Amino acid sequence: MDINTETPQEILEAVIIRFVGDSGDGMQLTGTQFSDTSAMFGNDVATFPNYPAEIRAPQGSLYGVSGYQVHIGSVEISTPGDEVDLLVAMNPAGLKTNLHAVKPGHTIIVDTDAFTKKNLEKALYESNPLEDNSLENYRVIEVAMTSLTKEALKDVQGLDNKAITRSKNMFALGMVYWMYHRSTDHTIDFFKKKFKNKPEIIEANTKVLNAGYFFAETLELIPNAYTISPAKMPAGTYRIIMGNTATAWGFLAAAEKSGMELFLGSYPITPASDILHELVKHKHFGVKTLQAEDEIAGITSAIGASFAGDLAITTTSGPGLALKGEALGLAMMIELPLVVVDVQRGGPSTGLPTKTEQSDLLQAMYGRNGESPVIVIAASTPANCFNSAYEAAKLTLEHMTPVILLTDGYIANGSAPWKIQTVDEMPEINNMRLTEAKEDYHPYEREKDSLARYWAVPGTPGLEHRVGGLEKDKVTGNVSYVPENHEYMTRIRAEKIKRVQNYIPDQEVEFAQSGDLLVVGWGGTYGSLHTAVKHLNEEGYGNIGLAHFHYLNPMPKNTEEVLRNFKKIIVCELNTGQFVKVLKSNFNNHEFLQYNKIQGLPFSNNELKEKFKQILS
Amino acid sequence: METAVKEYTYKDFASDQEVRWCPGCDDYVILRSVQKALPEIGVNKENIVFISGIGCSSRFPYYMDTYGMHGIHGRATAIASGVKLANPGLSVWVITGDGDSMAIGGNHFIHVLRRNLDLNIILFNNEIYGLTKGQFSPTSLVGQKTKSSPYGNTQPPFSAGELALGAQARFFARIGGNTPKEMTDIFIASEKYKGTALVEVLQNCPIFNDGCFTKYTDKAVREDRQLFVEHGKPMIFGKEKNKGLILKGLRLEVVTIGEDGIEETDILIHDAKEQDPTLHQMLVRLEYPMVTGIIRSYEDVTFEEREDALTVQVKSDSAFRKTKDLFFSGDIYEIK
Repeated sequence: MDINTETPQEILEAVIIRFVGDSGDGMQLTGTQFSDTSAMFGNDVATFPNYPAEIRAPQGSLYGVSGYQVHIGSVEISTPGDEVDLLVAMNPAGLKTNLHAVKPGHTIIVDTDAFTKKNLEKALYESNPLEDNSLENYRVIEVAMTSLTKEALKDVQGLDNKAITRSKNMFALGMVYWMYHRSTDHTIDFFKKKFKNKPEIIEANTKVLNAGYFFAETLELIPNAYTISPAKMPAGTYRIIMGNTATAWGFLAAAEKSGMELFLGSYPITPASDILHELVKHKHFGVKTLQAEDEIAGITSAIGASFAGDLAITTTSGPGLALKGEALGLAMMIELPLVVVDVQRGGPSTGLPTKTEQSDLLQAMYGRNGESPVIVIAASTPANCFNSAYEAAKLTLEHMTPVILLTDGYIANGSAPWKIQTVDEMPEINNMRLTEAKEDYHPYEREKDSLARYWAVPGTPGLEHRVGGLEKDKVTGNVSYVPENHEYMTRIRAEKIKRVQNYIPDQEVEFAQSGDLLVVGWGGTYGSLHTAVKHLNEEGYGNIGLAHFHYLNPMPKNTEEVLRNFKKIIVCELNTGQFVKVLKSNFNNHEFLQYNKIQGLPFSNNELKEKFKQILS
Repeated sequence: METAVKEYTYKDFASDQEVRWCPGCDDYVILRSVQKALPEIGVNKENIVFISGIGCSSRFPYYMDTYGMHGIHGRATAIASGVKLANPGLSVWVITGDGDSMAIGGNHFIHVLRRNLDLNIILFNNEIYGLTKGQFSPTSLVGQKTKSSPYGNTQPPFSAGELALGAQARFFARIGGNTPKEMTDIFIASEKYKGTALVEVLQNCPIFNDGCFTKYTDKAVREDRQLFVEHGKPMIFGKEKNKGLILKGLRLEVVTIGEDGIEETDILIHDAKEQDPTLHQMLVRLEYPMVTGIIRSYEDVTFEEREDALTVQVKSDSAFRKTKDLFFSGDIYEIK
C-alpha cells in the first residue's frame, strides 16, 4: 500500500511507544511487528517486552497486564528508553499500570470499548479516567476499537466472535503505522506466512490492520504524522534478533567453525527456554538436544557429551544454576569443556521469573563446594549474545575449563538490529583434542602456557583413561590423597583460569579515557549506562568514562590501570553490589561508589544521569 | 572406517590401579565377570566407556582399562546418556548402587529406563550404604537395624525390578553375587541387547550387611530357593528339578511335578520377549523362589534410533546446510 504523503509530517529523532493490554491481547506480537517494520525501514531499534508470569491472568486484572515497549530512532538507540511518547492501552488496567511512564503532554490511545464498569472495577478505578479529567495533561485519543474491528469484519465469513475481538490489536497497530509513517506491507506478509492455511484469518487481520490505518488518517484527533528517518548504521545486511536467539546462533556458529557437533542438555526454565526452543530446530546442523528430566541431568548429560567429544552446553536461569552447582564442580575438576548459560532473572528462590536482575554473579563465581574457579563472562546486548556465546565456546575448548555465560531476562527477551556475521568472519577456534595415541600419554599433562590439559576422547585407541571427581595425581590423573599434590592441583586449577588473562583483550574505556568519573558496569546494563554517559558527556558535565566489563573472571590484565585514571568510580548493578565486592577484594586501593537497583527492571536513563550528576557536583 | 575387532583376554581390561574393596566383597566377583564378558562382546576397548556415580561400587571404572568416568552421586545414568548421544558407536556401561540409583539418583534412573537408550546398567544392590559406613538404603528391609536406624528401619523398601518395570524397563535381569559364570553370560546378553539393559546383582556387603541374601544365594540352598529363568524354557527349579511355577488366578504358585497330577507340561514357559510386562512383574515380586536370570528382554525402538530417524528427516527437509543459510533467511534488510 502507499504510505500517506499529504498529511503534514513532523520529523523526530527518536520515539518510544508502549503497547499494553491483557496478557491475551497480543501485545507482544503487536510490538514485534512495529519494531521489525521500523528496523526494515532503517531505524535503529531496541525493545523491551514486559509480561506477567501467568500465561493467561484473569482478564482485566492489574497483574495480568502485558506490555511491549519499542524505541526507534534515526540516531543510535541503546535502550528501550524510559518515558514513552505514545501509550496504546487496550484496557483500563493497562492504562492504570502504565500511565506513570507517559511524558506529560504526550499521546495515549485507548480502546473505549474496554472501559466498561466491570473492567474499571477490576482495574480499581473509582471513576472512569476518560471522564473525570484525570488525563487532562495528556493528549488522549479515544477509539472504539473493538466495535470498529467488528464492523470491519462483518462481511468476513468463518470467524467466531472470539477471533474477531482478538484481532483488535491489529487495529491499534494500523493506527500507529499511520502515525509514524510506516508501511503495513511487512505485517501483511507476516500474516500470509503465519496463517498459510487459514485464508480467513489472513483476510481478517489484513482488513483490521488497514481499517486502523485509514481510521487514523481520517481522524481529526490526530493532528499530524511523524517521520523518523533511517539511522546511520554501518552498512551491511541486518536482521532483528532477540538475545536468546543470538545466544543459540553463537553456539551454532562456534560448532561450525570448530568442526564439532553441538550438544545441549537442558531443562525448561524461564527466561532461558527460548535457547532450547531455538537449538532443537536445528537438527540439520547436527545439533543434538536432550530435554532432560531435571537441571542436574541437563548439565550431567552435557558433561557426558563433552567427555565423548562434543561441544557441550547447558542452559538455565538462577535456580537451575544452583541445582547444577555440584556437577559444574565435577566439570571443573575433570577439566572438560562445558558452557553453562545463565539467563539471570529476579531472585532469590523462585523470585521474579519474568523480570530481569544481575544477582547471580557471585553464584557464578563462587557457588560451588571447594575451590572451584571457572571462567565467567557476560553478554551486554541482544546482538552481543551472539559473540558472547561464540566466545564462551572458544574459551572452553581452548582452555579446557567450564565457562559460565551470564545474560539476563532483559537482553534475552529484548531485540535489536544485528549486523549479520558469518562463520568466515569469526576468529579461529582451536581445541586440545588428541587424535591418535602418543607414547606416555598422561591425562593431566598440560600445555605449558595455558595450562590446559589435553583431551583424549573415547574411540581413540591407546588413550584409554579414567577421570573423576576425586582429587587426582598431577600427571597421571589417578586418585591421589597426597597432601602436597592436593595443594598443587588446587593452585594450578586457579592459575589456569588466571592465565586466561593472557588470551583476552584489554578492558576498553568508552568516552573520556581519564578524568572525573568512571562508570563501571557489566552485562546487560550496557545500553542504559552507555546512553547515560554519552548524554552527560554531550551535556558537558565533565570527563566521564565507561568501563563495561565483559570478562568477569578473570578480569582483563589492565583493569587496575583503567581504574587509576579517574578521580571517582561508580559501579552500577541490578543487585545490591556483587561486582563491586569482587572489585573491592581485588583492588582495595580504590574507593568504589555504588548505584544499585533491585526492582526487576533495567536502569532508567534519568535515574542514572541524576545519580552521576549528583556525584559530579 | 571399519577397524578389525581385536582379540582380548580378561586381563586386557584390568587397569594398573590396585583394587581397594573390602576382602570378601562380591564387587570383586562382578569386576572379574565384567572383565570376562568384555572379550566376548566384539567391541574394541577404546570404544568401551564405564560411567559411575558415588559409592563403593562406583570405584569400578578406576579398575577397568577402558575409558571411564567416576561421576557424582546419582548422576551416572545422566552422564552416560550424554556419552551415548554424543557417540552412539560406543559401548556404554553404568555402574551404580542401590542408594546411587534409587535414592539420590532415582529421577535419572526412571527416566533413563523410560527413554531406552542403548546402555548397560549394572546395579550393585547390597541393601545398605557401604561407603558412608552403614546407613539404611532404599532397598533395606523394614525393621533392619543400621547406623541410621538403630531401632529398626521404618521405610518400606523398593524392589529394584518392580521399580524398573514400572518405569518401562525393556530389559531386566537379576543375578546372585556369587554366581560368576551366569553373571558373565548375563553381561554379554545385556551388551548384545539394543536398549537400556538393567542387571541387578544381589551383592553381599561382608562388613555392613553380611548375609543379606544368604537365604537365596548360599550354595547349600541356592537351587531350592532360586529359579534361574531362561527364555523359552519351563520355569523349573529345585535340586530335584521337580518344582515349578504355574499361574493360578492372578497369582504364581509353586507346584511339585508329579504331585497332585502336575506334569512338566503344566509348568509355565518363560517368555522374556513378551511386550506385556504383567508376568515379568509377578516374577520380580516373588520371594520364593527368588527369580534370577533374564526376566525381561522385550525388543523395542531405542531412543537414539528415534532421534536418528528424526535427524535424517529434518536434514532432508531443510534447505539449511551452513549457518549462513539460516542467518540470511527470513526477514533481513540492507543498510547502505
